[in-house]
Amino acid sequence: MTDLDVLAPGPLATVQDLGRPGNAGIGVGLSGAADGGSLRLANRLVGNDEDAACVEVTFGGFAARARTPLTVAVTGAPCPVTVDGRGAAPDSVLRVPAGAEIRLGTPARGLRSYLAVRGGLTVPAVLGSRSTDLLSGLGPQLLREGDVLPVGPAPARFPVIDGAPGRAIADSEAPLRVVPGPRDDWFTSRALATLLTEPYTVTSECDRVGARLDGPELARAGVGELPSEGMVPGALQVPPSGKPTLFLADHPVTGGYPVIAVVVTSDVDAAAQLRPGMRVRFVRDRTANRATSRPGAARPSPHLPATSNSGRSS
Amino acid sequence: MDTTTLRVLPCGDAALLVEAAGLDDVLALHAALEADRPGGVVDLVPAARTLLLRFDPVRTDAAALERAVREAEPVAVSRSGGELLEIPVVYDGPDLADVAHHTGLSERDVIAEHTACEWTVAFGGFAPGFGYLAGGSPRLEVPRRSESRTRVPTGSVALAGTYSGVYPRSSPGGWQLIGHTDLVTWDVDRDPPALLRPGVRVRFVAADSGETEGERPRRTAGGDA
Repeated sequence: MTDLDVLAPGPLATVQDLGRPGNAGIGVGLSGAADGGSLRLANRLVGNDEDAACVEVTFGGFAARARTPLTVAVTGAPCPVTVDGRGAAPDSVLRVPAGAEIRLGTPARGLRSYLAVRGGLTVPAVLGSRSTDLLSGLGPQLLREGDVLPVGPAPARFPVIDGAPGRAIADSEAPLRVVPGPRDDWFTSRALATLLTEPYTVTSECDRVGARLDGPELARAGVGELPSEGMVPGALQVPPSGKPTLFLADHPVTGGYPVIAVVVTSDVDAAAQLRPGMRVRFVRDRTANRATSRPGAARPSPHLPATSNSGRSS
Repeated sequence: MDTTTLRVLPCGDAALLVEAAGLDDVLALHAALEADRPGGVVDLVPAARTLLLRFDPVRTDAAALERAVREAEPVAVSRSGGELLEIPVVYDGPDLADVAHHTGLSERDVIAEHTACEWTVAFGGFAPGFGYLAGGSPRLEVPRRSESRTRVPTGSVALAGTYSGVYPRSSPGGWQLIGHTDLVTWDVDRDPPALLRPGVRVRFVAADSGETEGERPRRTAGGDA
């Protein structure tokens, strides 16, 4: 039997794949790897399908023992990796002999590292995904010492390269590209200018659901309540405090506070590597396709109180 | 509905938020796009006044999807065709008196209104298995509680705005609680896991608390059952 024994989970380790899309109608969010690009890279390195389940290790400290020889790769936040005590390179194909331990130390930069195993982790899927959704509680439990992670049969294709450089991960200040909206018109024009010029700091309230940011308050142009609406990863939702929350993989399906801007898809992975205390700057994206039509006809004024204040959160 | 009056708002580089005049228009547009899903759309998220279209930016773009939205032919969604679910409710919620106060009805009339009409699940969103039930009595419109509860027990039957809902599991919540049901509305090991899926019709039936007492022995201990 091909299994991986968890010896230590570190601060937080979960099983993740690319999540469970298409279930918003029953209130189930996407979830999946917070840094999806790093999970895909780890899977490609070991010859898996890109959506195979991996371990998402938060801030290192993870250790596991292979029961049989395994082929693995570690990507994402660059951390010291050892196989049976010997140093091994991140972003590369690693052979772990039967009985050997693989350990991930504290990353020098970033927050989340990904351990892919050739064959993928085959814990039971829930609604088509093996991802742990910390907001809804769906999927596998948080990994604990003593857990046994089953590994699936090796795919037909073999790893084709020994290594591939991962995306550079910022260590002090990260620029993130944003598209203003959809609710930038709920804020003063100065608020958007502030967001696009002033730095924000990641607070300690930072998990897979999202990161609360500290920085200049983003003032609303009027009063009123927004009926809940669909949310996306990367959304900068602004509660009444005026301090934005940056949504990540386990964000709520819908939310009732206005979103002033959204981080572009290709930068959401970088956002998932922000550590508490890091500064982040938001810059206007110049390349994304934008919907710009805003006909004035037959639209409710965003600044009038909604007809009911239902559905903000339940 | 005239699709030229929809507001189409950017939502990053992989989604569009379409704002309509109200819930009926949202559901009509949702039905049209669900029936003939534009290429590259990966998820549709209907809500009270908006429809979120999430798309794969490799396969399509915002301009093409905005065209698809404008060219869609929304049809009014029938609220009579869906499966009918009866939900037995013990009307003993801690906010029943407040709801009576807000609506100017007696507690007995609140129960009568809640059980007399047929509700329909319009959309989901708050938690897995939570359905926003629309189409109920306009006399039951109430605000959310001014302060949310940190813990609402599983099965709580609630009102907020013009909606009703059933908490699928214990969670924080700000709706007005008028009763509870023992019906398990969410179970991931069941197919389908959610009883309250969009389109399902719901009729609440007043149940005698004595009948259900034995089935829920530790409700006061927390309600995680």
